[in-house]
Amino acid sequence: MNRALTHGIIILGVLLFALPLWMILAGSTQDPGAIARGDLSLIPHWSGLHVYIDVLSSGGAGAQPVWRMLLVSFGMALTIAVGKIVISVLSAYAVTFFRFPFRMVAFWVIFITLMLPPEVRIIPTYDVIAGFGMINTFGGLTVPLMASATATLLFRQVFLVIPDELMEAARMDGAGPWRFLRDILLPVSAGNIAALFVILFVFGWNQYLWPLLVATDPKLDTIVIGIVKMIGVETQVEWNRVMAVAVLALLPPVAVVLLMQRWFVAGLTEGEK
Amino acid sequence: MRRTIFPGWLLPAALVLPQLALTVVFFLLPAGEAVWSSLTRTDPFGLSSVFVGIDNFNDLFADPLYVETILRTIGFVAAVCVISMGTALLLAVMVEGVVRGRGIYRTMLIWPYAVAPAVAGVIWLFLLHPQIGLLGRWLNHNLGWDYSLNGTQAMLLVILASAWKQVSYNFIFFVAGLQSVPRTVTEAARMDGAHGFYRFRTITLPLLMPTVFFLIVVNVVYAAFDTFGAIWALTQGGPGKATETMLVKVYRDGVINLDLGSSSAQSVVLMVGVIVLTAVQFRFMGKRGK
Repeated sequence: MNRALTHGIIILGVLLFALPLWMILAGSTQDPGAIARGDLSLIPHWSGLHVYIDVLSSGGAGAQPVWRMLLVSFGMALTIAVGKIVISVLSAYAVTFFRFPFRMVAFWVIFITLMLPPEVRIIPTYDVIAGFGMINTFGGLTVPLMASATATLLFRQVFLVIPDELMEAARMDGAGPWRFLRDILLPVSAGNIAALFVILFVFGWNQYLWPLLVATDPKLDTIVIGIVKMIGVETQVEWNRVMAVAVLALLPPVAVVLLMQRWFVAGLTEGEK
Repeated sequence: MRRTIFPGWLLPAALVLPQLALTVVFFLLPAGEAVWSSLTRTDPFGLSSVFVGIDNFNDLFADPLYVETILRTIGFVAAVCVISMGTALLLAVMVEGVVRGRGIYRTMLIWPYAVAPAVAGVIWLFLLHPQIGLLGRWLNHNLGWDYSLNGTQAMLLVILASAWKQVSYNFIFFVAGLQSVPRTVTEAARMDGAHGFYRFRTITLPLLMPTVFFLIVVNVVYAAFDTFGAIWALTQGGPGKATETMLVKVYRDGVINLDLGSSSAQSVVLMVGVIVLTAVQFRFMGKRGK
């Protein structure tokens, strides 16, 4: 095919994503009255950049300041990512390098959860959390989202291809189970852990339905919850602030993906197949 | 099967315990509870519940509104899959076809993976809002565009916002799939004089089919569940019920209208749907493994 045409199609594709991002970046610096009149333009007014300081420090009518929402989002994304990685490394380690009673039962109980994404059991899970008195707690927000088999299965696959000889050599050198995990398994699977971290961080950061349900206390508002709340009352919205918050809501996960792109892409396409 | 293992069973039991506990408490218990409450009916005061068998399901499927919701969800899911996968495939083939700028193109097409569906909804509001939207105000002026009144336009809006966010994911997998097509095969086809679209259709596409099938399953699950944020941000299922998917209805009936029996029955229908889908996926993955 014609080379110019190919590049043209790709550039159109790039713009399909870049332009909307530019639109909210430029729009966040403009006058809210002008936007409300339908004068949103793609030319930024650099003097309007102070809107970012405004939203970070003060939020808006009845809302939490955005720095607080960012903090909750960071806490949630990090807790889910780290917690799930730790839990699934340990359980994958147990089912691949040990024999214990009901090993396969344990494996299948974990495995079966692959089939149930959080959303389909959202209402009953809410009941369970309510039973534990964990509504409107950070634990209620994060812990149920750590329970999934995908990460366990991924680590199991990684561990299964580690040759027996490596394990024999380690044992001959007198390495116990913890040393083997720390000095051999973790370094070998560092790439997978990095990839999984990106996927889980984005997963945690982008949650909407679960926080909407389980954390009604505004103090636990994530930034994704916060931005949807902001557009809820359409009549007196300061649209430049909404766009600034939208930019702040997408920058951290985008930054994580871009910074760790190499591991993330490799891990995603290897892991999920 | 591994020949060398560590001895003892206390340590591994302790290692597997956290995952097992989470699974039991947050998967099996809720799933069991959903099945149980889908088979019972609670009196209006929430004082007692009686076992009613499959009555809730009979009611559900006898309700033309629910059947409509199912059909609407199927249409929505199909549209999101076709648009996001089609766009991603086109871009992946194009990007893999160029030498210069391939790396930067890839990065520029991968970053939207990180955008939350709810935030994608907000972005599309600024594009297509009939009064303030960059394109929406023009469409409103010339074509009477207003998705808060017109159900078809609302559906189109949530489809576009949901598909837009998912292109990156599909792009990543199509690029990986294209890279695993052996160079020698495409070169041989080129020598035989197969050009452009013909070569893509007869050589590349068949070799990409495993990726396509895998992505169909992932995209169906995405469109059915993860899009809740985009829909809730943009239309909340409206106007009327024009953009109410099955998950939106579960939320509306269970959380807002507090009809737990019906909402649980709907959850069970969704679970069965996902389990069937996963079974299909595993069957297909098993075949590919051989």
